[in-house]
Amino acid sequence: MNEIPVPRDIPLPMPAPEPVLIGVLIIFFLMHIVFVNFMVGGAFLTLWYQLRGLKEKRYDDLAYEIAATITANKSIAVVLGVGPLLAINTLYTVYFYTANALTGAFWISIIPLVIVAFVLTYIHKYLWHQMERMKWLHIGLAIVVSLLFLFIPLIFLTNINLMLFPEKWGTIRGFFSALMLPNVFSRYAHFILACPAMTGLLMVWLFRRKNEAEIAATGFERVELIRKGYQWAFWPTAAQFVIGPLALLTLPETQESIHSVIAVFGVAILVSMGMAHLMFTETRRPAETIGKSFAPICALMLVVVGLMGAGRHLYREAAVAPHRELVRAKTEDYMRKVEEANREAAAKGGDVRTSQ
Amino acid sequence: MDFPVFHLDFFGNRWLIATIAILHVLVNHGLAVGMMPLVAAMEWYGQKKQDPRWDRLAYKILFFCFLITTTIGALTGVGIWLSVSLVNPYSIASLIRVFFWAWFTEWLVFITEVCLILAYTLTWKKWSNQGPEKKKQHIRLGFALAFFSWVTMAIIVAILGFMMDPGNWLTDHSFWTGVMNPLYIPQLAFRTPLAAAMAGIIALFLILFFTKRQDGFRHEALRAVALWTLAFAPFVLAAGWWYYTSVPDAMKDNLGVSLATLAFADWQTKFLQIAVVTVVTILLVVQFAISRPNLLPKVALVVPFFAILWMTGHFERVREFIRKPYVIGQYMYANGMRVDDYALLQRDGVLTYATYSNPLTEAEKAGLPERLSEPERTARLETIQKGKDVFMDTCSRCHTGHGVNSITSHLQRMFGDKPWTPELTAGYIEGMHYAQPYMPPFPGSKAELQLLGAYLEHLQHNKAPIPGAQSAGVIVHDENAGRIATKTNQTEAAAR
Repeated sequence: MNEIPVPRDIPLPMPAPEPVLIGVLIIFFLMHIVFVNFMVGGAFLTLWYQLRGLKEKRYDDLAYEIAATITANKSIAVVLGVGPLLAINTLYTVYFYTANALTGAFWISIIPLVIVAFVLTYIHKYLWHQMERMKWLHIGLAIVVSLLFLFIPLIFLTNINLMLFPEKWGTIRGFFSALMLPNVFSRYAHFILACPAMTGLLMVWLFRRKNEAEIAATGFERVELIRKGYQWAFWPTAAQFVIGPLALLTLPETQESIHSVIAVFGVAILVSMGMAHLMFTETRRPAETIGKSFAPICALMLVVVGLMGAGRHLYREAAVAPHRELVRAKTEDYMRKVEEANREAAAKGGDVRTSQ
Repeated sequence: MDFPVFHLDFFGNRWLIATIAILHVLVNHGLAVGMMPLVAAMEWYGQKKQDPRWDRLAYKILFFCFLITTTIGALTGVGIWLSVSLVNPYSIASLIRVFFWAWFTEWLVFITEVCLILAYTLTWKKWSNQGPEKKKQHIRLGFALAFFSWVTMAIIVAILGFMMDPGNWLTDHSFWTGVMNPLYIPQLAFRTPLAAAMAGIIALFLILFFTKRQDGFRHEALRAVALWTLAFAPFVLAAGWWYYTSVPDAMKDNLGVSLATLAFADWQTKFLQIAVVTVVTILLVVQFAISRPNLLPKVALVVPFFAILWMTGHFERVREFIRKPYVIGQYMYANGMRVDDYALLQRDGVLTYATYSNPLTEAEKAGLPERLSEPERTARLETIQKGKDVFMDTCSRCHTGHGVNSITSHLQRMFGDKPWTPELTAGYIEGMHYAQPYMPPFPGSKAELQLLGAYLEHLQHNKAPIPGAQSAGVIVHDENAGRIATKTNQTEAAAR
């Protein structure tokens, strides 16, 4: 027999039909996460090229080009995160808030950590040339930013994972014990690898649209820059063929079957293979033809990201659906008792000790 | 509260929300809602006068605001949600169910606002160099940004007003009656000029950093921005008075006792005095900036800067205060219990319907009388455990054990060093909402009052901090645990 906490829900109706809320959650979350990928991947790539720039100046200039994208992407990432947060609050109130409370100290520390990361990102970008003489301090800033961007998603992931397993809630003693639940690290690795891959595609887009003078200023040929972008996109994506199935295989068992989840992720793997093949082909193309598969690659990436979002949602539903029925029944039972107690109190002449 | 109880026993839970929320209001009002129209107006004025100095100053101020609003401003906005969902998940979850579409709309406006501030800041230099037509477009972009900044505030103020006085929503539960609550328009009318005036004062302060002492333009800019601030002052006063006089009517609905009104009147008078001193100080400095800008030292501008920040913070505190004992007027008490739940909870007890228990740490178990036998010790600890659960479920949203606004400091003040026996404390707590109308009535049963009393007696001797679920975790009450596995087995058996 498995003892699981069954709390009651908020006794107010849902403000919108469930499919609408699910749509808001999935679509806007995917948009949010893509910009988070750009932001985190941008920070990693900036650091990487800045380190290479110590020996060869043009890499430092390339690092600056990438750093310039982070600050706008981070603002869009934050703002796009608010809608899904609102939807998850509404759809999974009991699950989300419980996970938040059980990891509360780290959960709330997201706010100061992100503020610090963003302020350092601004300092790093806007004082780039003034800090030329303090290169290691400047690189130190990029390291701190990268570490913060590495850690913050782990807090989110731990919460999102913990909310799915009510049977674990009674065993959790703070953030680190929630971190040790199965699946956290494999999902985390899956996310982290996606960051340079997405930023690689962003690089391709960026360097395809810059004019000749801007490209010349970087000290690289356009084809070199585009190829670098594709290499960043391809190699982490190749690694995902190991990490992705690992994340899938370590998903904890659920009450309901997850055949549909496996099917969706299976299709995603197939589409990813096609996409990875195109990416690899692009890395080998000459200057005349490089970039011609960019639109199909982006379209396939969109499909993969969409399938990931759908599979993720199906798994979440499979994990919580039976428990949600118990919560619903418990809430209804509670509300019946509330009404009965209020009738009883009214019959006794309103002897509830709330009168002021 | 049917969630694991997050608790900060040193600073208190309210401190967490207050710090984040007040910081957000200061950034939002001072650097976004009020400042964006001021920056756009400066850019327009510079264009009209063909004076690039205005353009440079406006850009510097905008860049400063851009850095702060897109970091501290944006994140503290999200932080309010995160902190409230930790401290009082029932209230924020209920508000989201009522105001989902308001928040959703506000979010769309927020997206627009962020895109506009990115565009406005990042295109400034480029568009300015592309001729007067492009410059005019840029100025229009600035005013559009100012408008959307104001709209985000206008939407959120509806929710703040609702929390103070839901008005007719209590009977018909519809979205629009929730939005058009009685305090909405007066509060919005007050916050709008307040934001503009606040931005003026902050801009005066910033001008001293962004212009040189000998530069004649510094005086010109100080004079103009001081005039801007002065222009909004009468509106702050008039709308403030409207809001100020609207609140007691809402209070009358919330609190039926004269004591509450009296105590509020004390606060109100104090606040009024502080507000008058602040406004007079600000006006003096502003007058100085207009008539003798050359004699104005930096330090003189620090005073109104901090004064208006302090006054706004205090205003938010009063707003929170007058809402008590509710977190959502007449619907939910500050302890997270709905008014409608009281009949049931007082009859059967809060613990009967609590899913979680809050485990005692070893440090919390210390301080028991030494001569207890093992069974007596176990029984005593069981009582203390239950008493702690009552405390966590009914008191801990506002009170700590030994930190800020601690329950022990209140008991110490009232009862001193004499033993805090359950008879003494339980008797007081049962009727405290009569003596202190900001306190919600005790929601539990009579037996739970005694359990709480026993726990408070223990707290007199045990000074260990009370951990929240974020570090100590929770224990699941057996009787509230689900049996999913069993249920599934039954379903499978039935299917077979």
